[in-house]
Amino acid sequence: MTSATENEQGQQRDAVLQAHGQNPAVAALQAKLPKAVLDAQFNLGELTLTVAREEIVNACRTVQSAGFNFMSDLTCVDWYPNHPRFQVTYHLLSMSLKQRVRLCVMVPEGDPSVDSITSVWPAANFYEREVFDLFGVRFGGHPNLRRLLLPDEFQGNPLRKDFPVEGYR
Amino acid sequence: MAELLTAPDLVAPDQDRTMILNMGPQHPSTHGVLRLVLEIDGEVVVRVAPDIGYLHTGIEKTCEAKFYQQVVPLTDRIDYLSPMHNNLCYCLAVEKLLQLEVPERAQWLRVLLSELTRLNSHLVWLGTHAMDLGALTVFLYCFREREEILRIFDDISGQRMMTSYFRVGGVALEPPLDFHDRVRRLLKTLPERIDEYENLLTGNPIFINRVKGVGLLSAEDAIALGVTGPPLRASGVDWDLRRDMPYSGYEKFQFSVPVSNDCDVWARYVVRVQEMRESVKIATQALDGLPEGRIKADAPKITLPDREAMKTQMEALIHHFKIVTEGFAVPAGQVYQAIESSRGEMGYFAVSDGTAKPYRVHMRNPTFATLQAIEKMCVGRLIADVVAAIGSIDIVLGEIDR
Repeated sequence: MTSATENEQGQQRDAVLQAHGQNPAVAALQAKLPKAVLDAQFNLGELTLTVAREEIVNACRTVQSAGFNFMSDLTCVDWYPNHPRFQVTYHLLSMSLKQRVRLCVMVPEGDPSVDSITSVWPAANFYEREVFDLFGVRFGGHPNLRRLLLPDEFQGNPLRKDFPVEGYR
Repeated sequence: MAELLTAPDLVAPDQDRTMILNMGPQHPSTHGVLRLVLEIDGEVVVRVAPDIGYLHTGIEKTCEAKFYQQVVPLTDRIDYLSPMHNNLCYCLAVEKLLQLEVPERAQWLRVLLSELTRLNSHLVWLGTHAMDLGALTVFLYCFREREEILRIFDDISGQRMMTSYFRVGGVALEPPLDFHDRVRRLLKTLPERIDEYENLLTGNPIFINRVKGVGLLSAEDAIALGVTGPPLRASGVDWDLRRDMPYSGYEKFQFSVPVSNDCDVWARYVVRVQEMRESVKIATQALDGLPEGRIKADAPKITLPDREAMKTQMEALIHHFKIVTEGFAVPAGQVYQAIESSRGEMGYFAVSDGTAKPYRVHMRNPTFATLQAIEKMCVGRLIADVVAAIGSIDIVLGEIDR
């Protein structure tokens, strides 16, 4: 990525963050982890914050204490052949504010791993195992990181884009 | 929080005190193919480890190879008890990506049929849950009413269970002529039928002894473990997406959200039975106020044309041909759309890269998360209580495994 586009992205991020400064998740992240938010997007009424990979547990904890008490969903998107390849996606819900926020972590192909957030939300347990099973992204600190849906002896990670839809024959 | 995490693999213990017992995958009370590995001390459960995946069919992967409209029938097959909720959630997600406005008549039809689906699903839950606990009669009563709902589905969509009735941009067909009368008749009889079920169970001492104080789950644990829907409301959390984050026009309907503070299997029973009564109310409102008008959005490149138009107008024929052979392109973007299904928060995360096929579709299914609470509910209780706890979370393995 050239520095010009990087600069542009930074400006876009700052504009979105400024426009949503009232959002408790944005405010809390800006106050406690100002460097952790790498990108911010607001599309179709949904706020997406891309967080630095090593800061995801802190970011989740910060957003949780800002009122987003419920982890709705955790999944992954494979952007093969682009880099970084995996987008681990967290959908968080605040029942008191009636709002949602999406956190993303970009994970490179060479080292597909990110810290587990089971210490923040135990609900992430099955979700992280599912992502590990189907995408091969490892979650550091997960208490029981084994395949969830597929048999233990299965080869490959079927939801990766380079895995054929019909499987290998 | 750590104590809420499901235990790692259960292996045979190296002492004589406890033993491992496999419950399922062919146990009749596991509603499909759930396998629970129990570590038991006599008859008391020490640890529980759910083992899932027996019904995994790779639906999320298959979605990526289909056009957007071809995914709708796949969503039916996720949860065979509430196909319309899956249809609805998927269609709302794609419509959000397309920024497509759905006509009011279609919205009301969707609400009406969603509530009938909820009734259908709760009836199966009530029948099988009571049957698990030894009350066989209720099953026959519930399936009598369920049969009528399925006949209505058959009439309106041509299918009893895999309806695929909701389409991107609206619904598939105009309802048949006698639809109103049949639904009205059904909704009229249902309240007294629900009284009948309650007569069989609510005062039944055998049933009460099996469910009161069993399967306790506190509100904090429920939220930490991702529990939604009736089990969450039975733990005292007043949260219903239909009321709190309305979709598809639910803000126009009056209904109350039943909540209980008992946190046990009994509370989940009470909440669901109350919910059935509320569903009847919503469905009645939707039937009374069903507006006239179009059933599909005015978007010829997205919704299929009427048969008549297709046979008489060149342009409609071309649109039909294009949609069927090439699909329709959806602008790039990511959306997460959640609805309140019969079992809790159902969410569809749809990612588009601007082509006619979804780049990624992920389903957040309620019982997938709720199943994680099974250990919290069962540890320290008897094996017989495990059966009550499984029934109380209304488990559907199709949506857990996908």
